[in-house]
Amino acid sequence: MFAAENGLKGDPRLEAISAAIRVVPNFPKKGIMFQDITTLLLDHKAFKHTIDIFVDRYKDMQISVVAGVEARGFMFGPSIALAIGAKFVPLRKPGKLPGKVISESYELEYGHDRLEMHVDAVEPLERVIIIDDLVATGGTLSAAISLMESQGAEVVECACVIGLPEVKGQHKLKGKPLYVLVEPSGLDEFC
Amino acid sequence: MQSIICSHHLCLAPPPTVLCNRLLCHRVPSIRLTNHRSATTSLRLFTCAAASKKSEIMAAAKEDGQDPRIPKIASSIRVIPDFPKPGIMFQDITTLLLDTEAFKDTIDIFVERYKGKGISVVAGVEARGFIFGPPIALAIGAKFVPMRKPKKLPGKVISEEYSLEYGTDKIEMHVGAVEPGERAIIIDDLIATGGTLAAAIRLLERVGVKIVECACVIELPELKGREKLGDAPLFILVTSDAA
Repeated sequence: MFAAENGLKGDPRLEAISAAIRVVPNFPKKGIMFQDITTLLLDHKAFKHTIDIFVDRYKDMQISVVAGVEARGFMFGPSIALAIGAKFVPLRKPGKLPGKVISESYELEYGHDRLEMHVDAVEPLERVIIIDDLVATGGTLSAAISLMESQGAEVVECACVIGLPEVKGQHKLKGKPLYVLVEPSGLDEFC
Repeated sequence: MQSIICSHHLCLAPPPTVLCNRLLCHRVPSIRLTNHRSATTSLRLFTCAAASKKSEIMAAAKEDGQDPRIPKIASSIRVIPDFPKPGIMFQDITTLLLDTEAFKDTIDIFVERYKGKGISVVAGVEARGFIFGPPIALAIGAKFVPMRKPKKLPGKVISEEYSLEYGTDKIEMHVGAVEPGERAIIIDDLIATGGTLAAAIRLLERVGVKIVECACVIELPELKGREKLGDAPLFILVTSDAA
């Protein structure tokens, strides 16, 4: 569900966040309008708003784990984790984590990839939120949910800054709630 | 201005600096160690066991003038032998991130050091620099600038090459992310040979940014990375053996 439909209608922070996101056409390939959050990270106020909105939402939900998907999930997850007193768990591409891992594969447009997590990172019954910068098909987040559930943890919600049109109207991902701040920025907001 | 706050001071008074990460202290020494090393290891095991009581550590830290938060940060870092290849003792900060107090203390120490110093840029090196950099940037009112492997950043980039053991790699930064005259710190989880950090310094200096300091959680001093950083000071919390 989008934040604007879920208690934050008209919140000026959402507009500031949306305006701070740069659109880069034809990256990584022709036809894709890439949503570049690096410009959001350059805008201290807008970046702070982003974190504040997530923190306000999750701080009273007894969340003990914030999991972030490599690499842009790492830019948002830790600040949220620190503010709500949760652990931060990185979910990484294969071969990066040094200890014993569990992994889950997911589909790309062409082929597959894998997401890995350390086996001792989460415990059964822990309440987890999973963070990424953007949700498109939901493939990566679904893999992340599977990793958590394989350890007996409960995914309370998946949270992303940007949600592509495919997810609009979709409140759940693999049965788990999905919370998104903004829709993709258009080219006319290119700064 | 360079200060090395080393947990090992608690366990071994004289140099040479050796690892006193409490997790390693509880391990059986590897048979790969040379005779020289094994003598040191025995001493390390003995004194680490003696120093494992929290109250003793706190007292030692205060006498040393060391920040009392450091021992907990150091002991929360897991060492994984033979990753990514035999002989390397990998410093795994993911266990630090699971320790909410240690992670908070890590960020607090950096924030206390850099707040109010006119720093407008926190640059973080992919990927573990992305974990520590943004919370610091948010707390001190600075921008966060990711420095990435090739082809990850979507916009126009500038790049800087650096040497690996075999071959070279590149790091990249978006054009326009920083402006001349800005004051920056560069964050990574660990400095080993210093190749990546040196490349990050060059990249920022090429566009007229002043590097106030490089900051890492861990240094592997045997690899002499500090020497590659030129005039840029280095601030670290914990030192460790490379192998």
